[in-house]
Amino acid sequence: MNDKIATARAKAASGERLTLEDALALYEDNDILFLAQCARKAKEKKSGRKVFYTVNRHINLTNICSANCPLCAFQVEDGDKRGFTLEHEDIDRILADAKKVRNLSEVHIVSALHPDKPFDYYVDVVRQVREALPQVDVKAFTPVEIVNFSKLTGKPVREVLEILQSAGLDSLPGGGAEILSDRVRQIICPQKATTAEWIETMKTAHSLGIRTNASIMYGHVETIRERLQHLFTLRDIQDETKGFQAFMLFPFHPGNTKLGEEQQLKRAGSWEDMKMMALSRLILDNIDHIKAFWIMLTMPIAQLALGFGADDLDGTIGEEKIIHAAGAKTNTGITRAMLEKMIRETGYEPVERDTFYHEIAEG
Amino acid sequence: MLAAENYKDIEEKILKGERLSREDGIRLFHCPDIAWLGAMADHVRKKKCGDIVYYNVNCHVNLTNVCTSKCKFCAFGRDLEDKGAYSMSKEQALAVVRDAMKDPDLAGLHVVSGLHPTWTFEHYLGIVKALHETFPHLYMKGFTGVEITHFAQISGLSIEEVLIRLRDEGGLQAIAGGGAEILSDRVRGELCPNKATADQWLEVARTAHKLGIKSNASMLYGHIETLEERVDHLLRLRELQDETGGFQTFICFPFLPKNTELGKSVKQTSMWDDLRTMAISRLMLDNFTNIKAYWVMLTVPVAQVALGFGANDIDGTVHKETILHDAGATSPTALSENQIIRIVKEAGRIPASCDCNFNIIKQYE
Repeated sequence: MNDKIATARAKAASGERLTLEDALALYEDNDILFLAQCARKAKEKKSGRKVFYTVNRHINLTNICSANCPLCAFQVEDGDKRGFTLEHEDIDRILADAKKVRNLSEVHIVSALHPDKPFDYYVDVVRQVREALPQVDVKAFTPVEIVNFSKLTGKPVREVLEILQSAGLDSLPGGGAEILSDRVRQIICPQKATTAEWIETMKTAHSLGIRTNASIMYGHVETIRERLQHLFTLRDIQDETKGFQAFMLFPFHPGNTKLGEEQQLKRAGSWEDMKMMALSRLILDNIDHIKAFWIMLTMPIAQLALGFGADDLDGTIGEEKIIHAAGAKTNTGITRAMLEKMIRETGYEPVERDTFYHEIAEG
Repeated sequence: MLAAENYKDIEEKILKGERLSREDGIRLFHCPDIAWLGAMADHVRKKKCGDIVYYNVNCHVNLTNVCTSKCKFCAFGRDLEDKGAYSMSKEQALAVVRDAMKDPDLAGLHVVSGLHPTWTFEHYLGIVKALHETFPHLYMKGFTGVEITHFAQISGLSIEEVLIRLRDEGGLQAIAGGGAEILSDRVRGELCPNKATADQWLEVARTAHKLGIKSNASMLYGHIETLEERVDHLLRLRELQDETGGFQTFICFPFLPKNTELGKSVKQTSMWDDLRTMAISRLMLDNFTNIKAYWVMLTVPVAQVALGFGANDIDGTVHKETILHDAGATSPTALSENQIIRIVKEAGRIPASCDCNFNIIKQYE
């Protein structure tokens, strides 16, 4: 074992803040059970024996997208017969259904960059959800979408966010971060928000009191240094704003994507998933929650992630379309009882939460 | 190393290389800290067998699915007249292997089958002999303790005589690990009363080892057995291994409920249970060199992570697995050698293809 690795291991074990060089050494060391032990300790320091989940519903407004990112299997171009766009009456139907869900605490809205829909359409959707479900948190629009709204309207990001906030927006999801490196973005998503735009949107949201999540999409064309640097970029933002609530890892699903085909990419293995899960918990010492997004990881891997530093399993999601378009093999919904049972098996306590990690009493 | 709360005494024993007791084993099954369990198993694995991960480039040949045993956990066995029942002729068995020979690296065969109601021992032996004579360069691993017990019963020969004939005429070099299920008369009485008892299964292994034929061992868990019964099962294997040293590898089989009678009331194990069972097996079986993560049953993602939970063997390319896919196994029916190499390398280990006696054929640094 070289000195760099020994130093990094000592720091990880004692919970000291890691540097990028430490992280690279731990990555190279590849001892995932050691990382898991350290990550578990870090997790328990943050959230004790609790593992969170939420009862939420996802709404994907449209899959018609002008960004045409090579990494995506969800988007289609305008005129494609697989294209869909929800109109307000479709959303009414979804909301009527959502009203029947016991303890529904969050509606999560993420969509494509539709070439024709005006910003008002999105503002109206937020208002519509807010009115139909006044008690429910509206988490909507990644920074990529927000930047797009800003371009559509010519208004600065701050103003876009303020308009959405006054329509009822509570928080932003963490997607669209991919890898915060312009070299990588040029290859995987050249048409959408740049690194600087993504960061600026998050910082602006945080300054307006809008909490957000953060994420990474790994396992495509990024180098390991770029991948780990991404985590440090997020940590730096968080030092400044404290606005990130949870961090999620998205392993890249190459199925049905241009990127996967062109670069002959294979889905990263479960080993890599667990390694990234634990490393993220250790590096992001200032973000409270690490989410194992079961819909992307599959349920067995998400459960295992609870032993590798994750403390959140996301939600009892109704219907998810984006990742399933890329061939995710998970169910599209899961019940509260199933989630609780899985959490208990790990020795942790299931806790139902809202978007802001307030605990919800037995309902 | 960080220690799980309340497990410091066991950790000390493990780090010193001391043998764990039955009580220790039961406590380990109640340990919620899977990362610690994994780290302990990984420590032992590293010390005992280094970084090589073994796999076979092999072909499974299941001669028949007609079976008199009617085990409640099985989705493969059929009655003679059932739809989907098949019994291969000698020619058909040869054709399966010929097809698998398209892979120039094919090193051996894994022959496991049902207990056919009308086939004689001579019939089984005849097919194996034909396989061996036609493909003498392929290693021959086959027949579980259950099949060998059955052969002795239908032929009137002793276990020893059956084994000698399989070895001398059929080229048998190693015995497959299946059929151990849970070595408990209570469990076997409920799930598989019509086949070899726990003692008979162990006796086949003992006899084979005395003849110099190595065998594998296994455990089918996640059905009606208690955690204590899992530990006792491991201890019975450990005891026999102390006596003979003839077991080569141990395989954890999680019960796959789909299409089985038992599956109506039992759900599939979680990855969590699979990995802790793997780790505890490594820790309890201190006299076994190899622990196998059988990807066909575990799925590839679980098998890969299992390499960190004590496993140093990932089975093989398999060619065309049928027994477990009848029970709804969601894994592919075969992996290419390149896929296996990639899975192992991603885990930071050294893939090495081997024959059925763990002699290395090719190693990829």
